[in-house]
Amino acid sequence: MFYREAGQFKTTYEADQALFPIRQDRYGLAVIIVIALVVVPFLSNDFFLSSIMIPFLVFSLAAIGLNVLTGFAGQLSLGTGAFMGVGAYAAYKLTSIFPDVNVIVVVLLSGVFSAAVGAVFGLPSLRIKGLYLAVTTLAAQFFLEWCFIRIPWLYNYNASGAIEIPKREMFGVVISGAEATPLARYFVVLAITAFIALLVANIMRGRIGRSWMMIRDMDIAAELMGVRPLQTKLMAFAVSSYICGVAGAMMVFFWLNAAEASSYSITLSFQILFMVILGGLGSVAGSFMGAAFIWILPVFLKFVPGAIGISIGAETVEHLTFMIVGALIIFFLIVEPHGFARLWQLGKQKLRVWPFPY
Amino acid sequence: MLYDIFIDPFVQMVEMPDFFLQVLWEGFVAGILYALIALGFVLIFKASGVFNFAQGIMVVFAGLTLVGLHEQGVPAFLALIMTIGVMGILAYGIERVVMRPLVNQPDIILLMATIGLTYFLIGFGEFVFGGEPKKMIAEELGLPTGSTAFEFGERGLVILQHIDIAAAVIAILMVTALGIFFNKTRIGRALRAVADDHQAALSVGISLNQIWAIVWFAAGLVALATGIMWGARSDVSFALEIVAFKALPVLILGGFTSIPGAIIGGLIIGFGEKIGEIYWGGLVGGGIESWLAYIIALVFLLFRPQGLFGDKIIERV
Repeated sequence: MFYREAGQFKTTYEADQALFPIRQDRYGLAVIIVIALVVVPFLSNDFFLSSIMIPFLVFSLAAIGLNVLTGFAGQLSLGTGAFMGVGAYAAYKLTSIFPDVNVIVVVLLSGVFSAAVGAVFGLPSLRIKGLYLAVTTLAAQFFLEWCFIRIPWLYNYNASGAIEIPKREMFGVVISGAEATPLARYFVVLAITAFIALLVANIMRGRIGRSWMMIRDMDIAAELMGVRPLQTKLMAFAVSSYICGVAGAMMVFFWLNAAEASSYSITLSFQILFMVILGGLGSVAGSFMGAAFIWILPVFLKFVPGAIGISIGAETVEHLTFMIVGALIIFFLIVEPHGFARLWQLGKQKLRVWPFPY
Repeated sequence: MLYDIFIDPFVQMVEMPDFFLQVLWEGFVAGILYALIALGFVLIFKASGVFNFAQGIMVVFAGLTLVGLHEQGVPAFLALIMTIGVMGILAYGIERVVMRPLVNQPDIILLMATIGLTYFLIGFGEFVFGGEPKKMIAEELGLPTGSTAFEFGERGLVILQHIDIAAAVIAILMVTALGIFFNKTRIGRALRAVADDHQAALSVGISLNQIWAIVWFAAGLVALATGIMWGARSDVSFALEIVAFKALPVLILGGFTSIPGAIIGGLIIGFGEKIGEIYWGGLVGGGIESWLAYIIALVFLLFRPQGLFGDKIIERV
C-alpha cells in the first residue's frame, strides 16, 4: 500500500540495476539528504552536533569499514581500533610534515597507511580462519597500541604522549583544531562518510564485491571457480583498513581534537564490532543503524533518569548503562541475529503487502 | 646489534643462573594462571562450540562475589560455598536466557552474545560491588602466605611465593579432577558426546540444556579458583579482564578443544613472555609483554593452524 513498486516499469538494464531501483527508496534517500543537509544543521545545537551527530557519522564509517571485512569478505577482525589508530597517527604525522596540504586530502591519504598495515596483518588469513583469525587480529590490536605508546616519533615527542590536532583551514573556514565550529566539522564528516559509503555500496555490486562474498560463503568453492583467495582476502583487509583508517583520522581531527593510544584500544574494536553485528552483517545501511544504536543509546540513557526525576549518581548510571547495553545486545541477537538491516527489510515487506498479512 | 639479540641474552642467562631460574618460575606461575583461564574457555568450547568471551569477567565476578560476601560479615568458608551457589545460579541463568534461544546459530553470533554477557556482568558487578579493587581474602581461606628463599649456587637466591606454589598445586589438582570427570563419569561422557555431535547426543537421550548448565557451572568453578589465585597475587579488580585476553593466544597454541593443550599452551606463553620481556624487551623499549604472546601464537599458527593438540581441520566443499 505505502511501499509498492507496482507500475514502476524499467525499460533499460541500467534502470534495473540502479542502486535504488524503487521510487519510494529514492524519495526516502532524498528526505534523508534534506534532513542531513538542512534540518540537522539548522535545528540542532552545538552539543547535539558535536557529541551525537559527528561521532555517529565517524563510527558509521568505521562500521562500514569493518563490515567490508567481516560482513562481505567473512573475515572476523578484532583489530579495528588499532587500524583506526594507524589512520589517526598517520594523518597527524602527515599534517605536521606537510602543514600546507588540505586536511581532507591528508585524512584521505592517511587511510593508505592503515591499508598497508592491515594488509600485512591480513596475511595469516590465508591459512587461518574464523575464531582463530579473530585472535590473530588481536595481535595487531595490542602490537599497534604498544607502538602508539613506545614510538615517540609518532606523536612528535609530545610530553603528554597524545596527539593534538593543529588548526587547519579550508576555503577560509577552520575545519580542524579546537577553534573549528561543530557545524563546519559536521559538514566535512558528513561529506567524507557519504562519499565512502556510496563508494562501498557500488564496489559491492561489482566484480570485487562479488568475489569477496564468494570467499565468505565458501572459500574453497570460490577458489575452484577462479577467485584468487590471497589477493581477494588481502584486498578486503586493505580496503577495510583504509576505511577504518579514514574513520580513525576523522575521529581525532573532527571530533576529539586530541587522542592518545588508549583512545584506540580494544574497547573501540568491540564497539565497532557490535555496531556491525547489531546493524547487520553485509549491509551498508545496517552499519549506520548499528552505529546509531550503539552510540546514541548510552547517551540517551544518561539523560533518562534526570528526565523522569530520579537522581542517581553518575557512576551508577554508567554501570546501569553497561548492563542495559549488554542485555539489549543479547536480546537483539536472540530476536534477530541478522541485525537491524534484516528488521528493516522485514518491515518493508510488511508495508508492501499492507493491509494483507502476506 | 646482532650481539645484543643473539648472544648477550644467553650470556646473561648463563652468568646469572639464579636470576634465570627466578624468571622461569615467574613464567611458570603466570603460565599456570593463563592456563586456568584458558581451561574455562576450553570446557565451554568443547561442550557447546561457544567461544566464551565472558570467561575473563566470570573470573572477576566470582572473585568479587567471594570478597563482597566476606565483607558483609559472612565467614570465609561459608562465603566460598555461597559463591559456588551464585556461580551455579549464573550458569543456569546463562543457559536459560542466552544459550537456549541461540542454539544452532553461527559462531560469530554466539561469540557476540558472550561479549554482550561480558558487558552485562561488568555493569552488574560494578553496580553491586563497586568499581574499586578489593583485597582477596587469601588468609581467611587458609591459603599459605609468605615466601621461601632457596640458596642457589654461591651467591644466588630463588624466591618462591607460597601462594604461587599453592596455585600450581591447585591447578594440577583441578586438571586431574576434570580429566577424571570427563573420562570416567556418566556426565563427563555425556559432555563429550554433546561436544562431538549435538543431534546424535540428543537422539540417545542426553539433555542438551542440562549438559550446558553443567558445563557453564564447571567453567564457573574454574573461574572461581582462578579468581582466588589471581586475586591473592594482586587485587581483585576489573583490570583482570585484560589479563583474560591473554588466554586467547594460549588457546590458539593449545587448540580450542584440548585440556592438556590449554595447560601446555599456558606454560609456553608464560615462559615465552617473561623470558622475552626480561632478556629481549629492553632492546625495543620494554613493555613487549602486552603483545608478545599474540605474536608467538600468530607465528605458530602460520605453521600449525589447528594448534598443538587441536583436532585436525578437514575442509569439504
